[in-house]
Amino acid sequence: MLEIIENFLGIPAPLLFGQLLLGLINGAFYAMLSLGLAVIFGLLNIINFTHGAQFMMGAFVAWMLLAWGGLGYWWALLIAPLIVGATGVVIERLMISRLYKLDHLYGLLLTFGIGLIIEGLFRNHFGSSGLPYRIPAELSGAWDLGFMFMPVYRGWVVVFALACCLATWLVIEKTRLGAYLRAATENAALVQAFGVNVPRMITLTYGAGVALAALAGVLAAPIYSVNPQMGTNLIIVVFAVVVIGGMGSILGSVITGFGLGIVEGLTKVFWPEASATVIFVIMAIVLLARPAGLFGRA
Amino acid sequence: MTEINRRTVLAAGAGLGGLPFTRARAQAANTIKIALLCDFSGTYRDVTGPNELACVRQAAAEFANRGFNIEVTFADNQNRADVGSNIARTWFDRDGVDCLVDGGASSVALAVNDVVREKNKVYVNSSSATSDLTGRACSPNLVHWTYDTYMLAKSTGGATVRAGGDSWYFITADYAFGHALERDTANFVRQAGGRVLGQVRTPFPGTSDFSSFLLQAQTSRAKVIGLANAGSDTINCIKQAAEFGLTRRGIKLASLLMFMPDVHSLGLEATQGLICTETFYWDLNDRTRAFTNRVRANLQPNVPLCMNHAGGYASVLHYLKAVADMGVAQAKANGAEVVARMKAMPCDDDCFGPGSIRQDGRKLHPAYLFEVKSPAESRGQYDYYKLLQTTAGNDAFRPMAEGNCSLVRS
Repeated sequence: MLEIIENFLGIPAPLLFGQLLLGLINGAFYAMLSLGLAVIFGLLNIINFTHGAQFMMGAFVAWMLLAWGGLGYWWALLIAPLIVGATGVVIERLMISRLYKLDHLYGLLLTFGIGLIIEGLFRNHFGSSGLPYRIPAELSGAWDLGFMFMPVYRGWVVVFALACCLATWLVIEKTRLGAYLRAATENAALVQAFGVNVPRMITLTYGAGVALAALAGVLAAPIYSVNPQMGTNLIIVVFAVVVIGGMGSILGSVITGFGLGIVEGLTKVFWPEASATVIFVIMAIVLLARPAGLFGRA
Repeated sequence: MTEINRRTVLAAGAGLGGLPFTRARAQAANTIKIALLCDFSGTYRDVTGPNELACVRQAAAEFANRGFNIEVTFADNQNRADVGSNIARTWFDRDGVDCLVDGGASSVALAVNDVVREKNKVYVNSSSATSDLTGRACSPNLVHWTYDTYMLAKSTGGATVRAGGDSWYFITADYAFGHALERDTANFVRQAGGRVLGQVRTPFPGTSDFSSFLLQAQTSRAKVIGLANAGSDTINCIKQAAEFGLTRRGIKLASLLMFMPDVHSLGLEATQGLICTETFYWDLNDRTRAFTNRVRANLQPNVPLCMNHAGGYASVLHYLKAVADMGVAQAKANGAEVVARMKAMPCDDDCFGPGSIRQDGRKLHPAYLFEVKSPAESRGQYDYYKLLQTTAGNDAFRPMAEGNCSLVRS
């Protein structure tokens, strides 16, 4: 079997398996980020372009907790999403909530602007080359899988991201709170008439979506350089993921996130130069064939 | 009483309006405008950006009160060639800029170089890497100051091959700079009897996960992975190579272009033992320390000085010396003539010491091969490098005859 693969594709099988695994790991980040975006879009009808900056803030808050507060990775995993989520709540209350009656485009422009401002502030204060953040001792080291050397931390990222995606899906599909959320998406006025505080629910949903971005940021801090532009690099891809999966579809964004991670990983072997473009090619094709996305409802 | 008619009012108005106008024009004629173009918002911000601006301003300040005014302005190139050349055109056509400093990423520098030549202004480049600037793209209006890909390849690449790293795999940023650095290093590796087993070209900007590429490099069984990239690309490569255990398996990383801010960002724990080449280090000698003290107050708080910043200072200082030598009017009229004068004058400054500029525009000064200290060896802030080897300016850079520069008569 292995030989067939090698002969057919012209690349060593270990390399191929390694790339599949790495693609899955990157897919975990795409999935977590697009999940937050999908949740926010589903309820608020806002395309949250601040998401990349909020991902970056998660990583920076993790660094600050360690450098200034002496609190390590595990605390950061808990506290950073809360802090960044709280800033999200403030942003929603003060600014975004004023735009719900307007076209999508206004929300997009506002959040895009906020993202640029946040990034600029961090760049001014911390510079562009980034800050060091180490892998926690419990998760350092690696497993030798034979075909590749698999860092324990990357395995943790995949497992943790999958757990987060599953938990979010369960909350939205299987709990009473999730039922309210879905109902408010369909008809907010009616849900409010039943005595549910819809504006507060919307605010908290935005906060939760932002907290998911920050959580992904904490996960990314030990792997990538913690720098102000780390979100910008990722967010464009994540938007493509959301569009391909279908705006607002939670399951769609998770599956597409992992799937596109793998596609991108394979492109890095066969045609490295195109690896930054391949996702957008797929996006264009999907938009032409199924404008609502793979899992979206037209 | 004289009659005030429309004509006298108009004449008076014209006279009043003309007064400040002529004065402003006289002032502009006696003002040298210097404009810094580099990355203020992206991955190369720390290795150029605000610190370089502080250094350029330092040079201007040291040249105050010499009978002419100096104005310094700056802009962000966004690491894009089209943005860079548009800014350069605006500067020359609308703002009357005389000297363009830096340019930043190699792709931008090559584009800007054409604009400066077309407008016959002066271009002093302090941070771009590609050796093509003094090779096939050389120009009578350009001085390439700080370093280039050939010099890095010879110094860092040569030292790595001598230490036993005779088989290489390159991870290359997919644009002009990465290609030039890979090409120049591969030549040295082959000349020294080594082999190049392959390379992978990574999209720039926008790549943050390099693990796939590192894995491909590992599969090639090369002893050395040559990092033909810079800034956060290099940082991510080094971070992820350690994570995937490449360095523990005995694979060597050759960070062909690494600056002080990169080392600072990664921390000594992650970078100790790596070698790199710079032409300036703040703690090299009394003169470099004196310079660092002079600019310290104006630097970004968390970003150490590197050779690009020093290059901004020294190249502008030398330009201003040439302007003072030939007179402002003549200097503003003919950029190529200023550059010719810069080449004729010997260079000397606190950052790079004595040196000279070659006919092809290459500034010659020594190159220093450094090893990054371990955390235990480092005493105090920014004490990161120990000097391994010094290569004299004449040996450090590509011989003029090999560059195919059209300015050089064979």
